[in-house]
Amino acid sequence: MTELHPALFLIGGGLLLAFVPLGLRRVLLLALPVAGFVAVYNLEPGASLSINLAGLQLQLLRVDKLSLLFGYLFHAAALVAGIYALHLDDRVQHMTGFLYAGSAVGAVFAGDVLTLFIFWELLAVTSVFQIYARQTPRAIGAGTRYLFVHVISGLLLLAGAAWQYHHSGSLAFAHMELDSPAAFLLFFGFGIKCAFPLFHTWLVDAYPEATPTGTVFLSSFTTKTAIYALARGFAGTEELIWIGAAMAIFPIFYAVIENDLRRVLGYSMINQVGFMVVGVGLGEGMGVNGAVAHAFNDVFFKGLLFMAMGAVLFRTGRMNGSDLGGLYKSMPLTCAFSIVGASSISAFPLFSGFVSKSMVMVEAANQEYLIVWLILLFASAGVFHHAGIKIPFFTFFAHDSGIRCREAPLNMLIAMGVSAVACVFIGIFPSYLYGLLPYAVDYVPYTVDHVVTQLQVLFFSALAFVFLQLTRIYPPELPSVNLDSDWVPRRLLPVTGRYMAAWTVPLLAMLQRLVSSLRGGTAYALHALHGPQGLWNRTWTTTSSVFLSLLFLTGYLLFYY
Amino acid sequence: MDHKAPSPTPPEGEKTYYLDDPDNVKKIIRVFIGLCVVVVGIDLFVHRHLSFAERIFAAEGWFGFYAFYGFVSCVVLVVVAKELRKVLMRREDYYD
Repeated sequence: MTELHPALFLIGGGLLLAFVPLGLRRVLLLALPVAGFVAVYNLEPGASLSINLAGLQLQLLRVDKLSLLFGYLFHAAALVAGIYALHLDDRVQHMTGFLYAGSAVGAVFAGDVLTLFIFWELLAVTSVFQIYARQTPRAIGAGTRYLFVHVISGLLLLAGAAWQYHHSGSLAFAHMELDSPAAFLLFFGFGIKCAFPLFHTWLVDAYPEATPTGTVFLSSFTTKTAIYALARGFAGTEELIWIGAAMAIFPIFYAVIENDLRRVLGYSMINQVGFMVVGVGLGEGMGVNGAVAHAFNDVFFKGLLFMAMGAVLFRTGRMNGSDLGGLYKSMPLTCAFSIVGASSISAFPLFSGFVSKSMVMVEAANQEYLIVWLILLFASAGVFHHAGIKIPFFTFFAHDSGIRCREAPLNMLIAMGVSAVACVFIGIFPSYLYGLLPYAVDYVPYTVDHVVTQLQVLFFSALAFVFLQLTRIYPPELPSVNLDSDWVPRRLLPVTGRYMAAWTVPLLAMLQRLVSSLRGGTAYALHALHGPQGLWNRTWTTTSSVFLSLLFLTGYLLFYY
Repeated sequence: MDHKAPSPTPPEGEKTYYLDDPDNVKKIIRVFIGLCVVVVGIDLFVHRHLSFAERIFAAEGWFGFYAFYGFVSCVVLVVVAKELRKVLMRREDYYD
C-alpha cells in the first residue's frame, strides 16, 4: 500500500497558512501538528516510501524506532510552538515556522542522503525567517550569517552524497565509519548543524536575535535533527565522545558572563547538545538511548526556558540580566514555569533531565571514560549554576528592577504549561519515554545512589552560588559582548581585508606609475622614430638626399681604392 | 512588542512581598544551608555503589565527594569565567 508521508501535514498545511485568514490560521496551528502526530502514530515500523527520480532511487520514508521517536517529538514541539505563537498576526512567521518543523520531520524520515540533503537545506532556508522577522539590523545580520553557515552545512552533505554515490553506487543513509572522504563530508555537515566547537557561533549569534516566538521554534528542530543524523550515521564514533565533552564544558564559562539571557540559554543549549553528542559517541545501546532521550527532554525544558524568556522580552522589551530583576511580582506564573524548566535542565529528581542525562553519564562510566565523566559532572554542576539558577534569579528575583508589567498572554502560558507538564510527567514516569527509545532500556534512574549523589551535586552548586553572591565574588551582569570564535569571520577577516586594502592601494598606485612611466618611455622612442616628424617618416629635402648619396659614393670610392 | 507597560520605579503603596524583607531572605538561606548539611550527611548512613572500579577512581567513594565536587566546580567556573572577561569582554556595540 502507499504510505502517507507525515511531513505532508506540516509542509502542505504550512503553505496553506500563507493564504488563509487569521481565524482559520489559528485553527490550523493547532490542528496540523495533531494530524501529523496521528499520521506518525499510524506508521508501521518497516514501512517505506520510495520514488524514482531520473534513475536515482530515493527513499522518502523510512520508519523505525529512531525515526518514529523524532517524528513524535517534532510534532509535539510544533504544537507547543504553534500555541505559543497563536497571538501573532504574522503570516510569514506562522508559515515558515511550520514549513521548518515539517522539514525537520522530512529529514528524520529520509532514508537516503540526497533526500536528507533536500530537507536539510529546507530547514536552513525556512528557519531563517524566524530571525529576519525581528527586523532589527542585528537580526538581519545574524540571520544572514546563520543562513550562510547552514547552506554550507547542506553543501557538505551534497558533496558527501555525491562522493558516496560515486564510490558505492548507493545513496542509502546508514551507519558509517569515519574512514572515507564521503563520510568526513557528511560528518562535518552534521557537525556544523550540531554546533561542534568553533562552528557553534551561528547558534549563540542568531537564536537570541530571533523574535520571542521564533527562538522557540529554532530551539526545537535544528540541533535535534543533527543529533538524529549523528545517531543514525555515526553511533559509536569515538571522536564524538571528545567533541561532545568539549561542547559540554566550554560554553558554560561563556554562559556565566553573558548578559543577554537568551544568549545564556544558547550557550546552555550547546552544553546540553554536548551530552547528546557524547552519548552518540558511546555507541549503540545505552549511549544512543541516552542521547536521543536527552534530545527529547531538551526540546521541552529548553523550549520552556526560551518561552519564559520570550514572554519576558514580549512584555518588557528587555532581555539583559543587567536590566531585569524582581519580575516574579508581575509575572508569577511565567516565573513558576521557568523554575520548572530550570529544575528539569539541572536534572533535579522528579524532573525530566534527571532520567536522561544520567544515562549518558552512567554509560561513560561503564566504558571507563574517567576524564569525560569528570567533565560531564563538572558540566552538570555548571548547568545548574548558569541555567538553573542564573536565568530565573536575574530575571525574576535579584534586585528589583522596578519593571511592572502584565503576566504573559494566555496562549503563551498554556504553551509553557504543556511543556512544564511534559517535564514533570517524564521525570516521574520515565518508562513512557524509555518505551520509545531505539534500544531496549535496562536502566533504573531512581536508585538511592543516584538521587542522593545528584542532590549533593546540585545543593552544593547552589551553595556555591549563595557563597559567591554574598561575598560579592560573583561577577555582576554587565552590558557587553564576549568574543567567541566568530570573531575570526566578523572582525579578524574584515579588518585584515581593510588593512590589506589600505596597503594595497598605494602599492598598486606605485606599480601603475612605474608601468605608465615605462610605457611613456617606449612611446617616446617610437614617436621619435616613427611619428609624423620621426626620423624614418620625415620627408627629406633634395639637398640632404644628394649630400647623403655623395657621402655614400665617396665612402664607396675610398673603400675600394 | 509591548513596550508601554514597564515603569521605572515600583508604584507607591504597592503591597510588600515576602522576599522584600531581608530577614526572610536570611531565613531562607539558613534553611537552605541546613538542607545542605542533611544531604551530605546522608553519606554517613548510605553505602553508595561506585560508578568506577576502585582501581580507576577511588575518590568517588569518599565522604561528600559529590558535594565537594559540585561546590568546587562552581567556584572554579565562576572565578575562571570572571578572569576570562578581561580577555573576552568588549563594548556592547563592538560588532555594530
